[in-house]
Amino acid sequence: MTAEQATPDLLYSEAEDDLRAAVRSLLTDRTDTPAALARAESDTPCDPELWRALGAGMELAGLLVPEKLGGQGASHREAAVVLEEIGRSVAPVPFLTSAVIATETLLALGDGKGEVTSLVRELASGHRTAALVVPFSAGPHGVRLPGTLTGTVSAVADAATADVLLVPTGAGLYAVDAAEAAIVPLTPLDLTRPLAAVTLDGLPGALLAGPDATLAAVRRGLLAGAGLLASEQLGVAEWCLTETVAYTRERKQFNRPVGSFQALKHRMAQLWLEVVSARAAARNAADALATGSPETPLAAAVAQAYCARVAVHAAEECVQLHGGIGMTWEHPAHLYLKRAKSAQIALGSAGEHRAAIAELVELPAP
Amino acid sequence: MTDAAELRTRTRELLAEYPPATTEPLDFLKARFDAGLAWVHYPAGLGGLDVPRSLQAVVDAELAAAGAPDNDPRRIGIGLGMAAPTVLKYGTEEQKRRFLRPLWVGEEVWCQLFSEPGAGSDLAALGTRAVRDGDDWVVDGQKVWTSSAHLARWAILIARTDPALPKHQGISYFICDMTDPGVEVRPLRQITGEAEFNEVFLTGVRIPDAHRLGEVGAGWKVAQTTLMNERVSIGGMRIPREGGMIGPVARAWRERPELRTHDLHQRLLALWVEAEVARLTGERLRQQLVAGQPGPEGSGMKLAFARLNQEISGLEVELLGQEGLLYSDWTMRRPELVDFTGRDAGYRYLRSKGNSIEGGTSEVLLNIVAERVLGLPAEPRNDKDVAWKDLAR
Repeated sequence: MTAEQATPDLLYSEAEDDLRAAVRSLLTDRTDTPAALARAESDTPCDPELWRALGAGMELAGLLVPEKLGGQGASHREAAVVLEEIGRSVAPVPFLTSAVIATETLLALGDGKGEVTSLVRELASGHRTAALVVPFSAGPHGVRLPGTLTGTVSAVADAATADVLLVPTGAGLYAVDAAEAAIVPLTPLDLTRPLAAVTLDGLPGALLAGPDATLAAVRRGLLAGAGLLASEQLGVAEWCLTETVAYTRERKQFNRPVGSFQALKHRMAQLWLEVVSARAAARNAADALATGSPETPLAAAVAQAYCARVAVHAAEECVQLHGGIGMTWEHPAHLYLKRAKSAQIALGSAGEHRAAIAELVELPAP
Repeated sequence: MTDAAELRTRTRELLAEYPPATTEPLDFLKARFDAGLAWVHYPAGLGGLDVPRSLQAVVDAELAAAGAPDNDPRRIGIGLGMAAPTVLKYGTEEQKRRFLRPLWVGEEVWCQLFSEPGAGSDLAALGTRAVRDGDDWVVDGQKVWTSSAHLARWAILIARTDPALPKHQGISYFICDMTDPGVEVRPLRQITGEAEFNEVFLTGVRIPDAHRLGEVGAGWKVAQTTLMNERVSIGGMRIPREGGMIGPVARAWRERPELRTHDLHQRLLALWVEAEVARLTGERLRQQLVAGQPGPEGSGMKLAFARLNQEISGLEVELLGQEGLLYSDWTMRRPELVDFTGRDAGYRYLRSKGNSIEGGTSEVLLNIVAERVLGLPAEPRNDKDVAWKDLAR
């Protein structure tokens, strides 16, 4: 790698800080652990009212959509900030799946087709959501599409609450009215991200794009999803570290705060270093996506390969350093552990992203 | 207020008056210092112009384009990175005028007399004594891990001036003349085979009181300035992608397919990602500094690079297989410059072991992050209020 790289902007702008403050304020008001736990075991594991407030009320659903298509004309940098806050609160809303992945997939199809444009406008309004019908584990590099509208796709994120299903197949991309589809909710490891199985057989769908455009658009949607998931993982890790530090400063054993023991404080300092590093990696991916950098695939792969592990490590340390209370259903630590562990698989595993990096920077396998 | 355009003009005037092609390098450097273009954030008259540090890049770009000589910052790193900021912050006007110019132009090399055999991580426990004698101090003791001591004209030195006080309070900070007959420098051979560092024995060394920095007894506070600058200079270097320790191993991987195995591939990629993220973290830290938002990230960078350097160079030795069984040369040498990524893989592996020890061990740095950044409580201590002379040793 001798090519010169443009320097990405890794900081937050004032507008981004303001956006964060507004989103955090709303999420702080509208989320709490007992409600989250009750919802997780109910029939509506997502939070439609919260999504109305975020998506339509704060107009976050249209962040990535140009103004001429009814959106905010913002960028992935702003979407990343929103995802950091969603990660910090493990909010059960379809921002990543609908406002990022499905929206980005549709936008990647380009101007022109009336059905695509009107669908983008609906999603941007926040009044309807869409889910891209691929397993949540599918990443931009390894995604495989069914040949036709047949079979069942398992572990589709936020499908049960979506109004529209975007079904990519070898024959093209179809838009399907979710009310017409057989969608079976599954029991997810991550209690705050609903998953469902979608059966495609015999679905009536409108063809939005042909096979080549479909694969490119799906890859772009998943690339944006993978790159921005890093920011959600950063938010998860930050919450875990902050809570753990606060708890171990207060919790006393052996007549002193347990956070004064080097055996514990070194682990938290190490975690802080990982969180700081994850922030640089996540900002780099968001900035690359926002500026259309040719390095976007590398930036997204690096961010995923790094941040996924950091979120899991932070959540695991959070449970351990909380001791017994961290193991209880009542304490929210497990919601973050489950979000982090699922996100480690989502949108391509670290191994898949590293394999992509091997190609991108010419470090080939034996 | 001097802006970028004005700095550019001043730099061009300097270049016009002292054309690099026909000017002795040392004369050019002195003229650059006197023009305030040495370190622009320093005060006027002391090599700077009192402008933000970020504007230095404007000057450096102009000078580099004109092929101007530099002051070989790696040779005088301790002077530039540690002695100078301390002299600037705590020195008298006379001290600043005497020491900063020859330091910056490279006429006078500096070294650091801080660590002792009995005072490493617990630096404040140091036992080198300085006793007042008329207008002088008389210094006796032993220092260790002193790079450049055999080349240095001056040293920054901390010594105990009052053993009856608790350890942090009885220390004073001096500028020590390394040509004093009581200074003996012995090479300290290290695990790489060479002697990059020295032991320094101080016997009846006389230091005029005019060479004290800061108040008597305030040496620990003065030393904090030096140490913070040391950590910034160790962790804050700008590097391009694959610019650090990952570079040689990535090149070896590309050029020598016969060495590749699946196990090494997985480990190489994981470390490549970590090295790239560390690079981005350093880049983000620099952007924060330029934007005037200094963050605590600096304390973490040295931790990250120490561990990465060790893991990556360890992987490289394994990658080389049969060749990894060999070492270039164990001959005892006293190198003037140290390049962590220089020489062969075996050297890099061994030298990087020092990265988590020098300039504060990783364990101490983790404590600093935990207590100063995260606000975690300190370990209970029983040495803070005890006279130094009564401490267990």
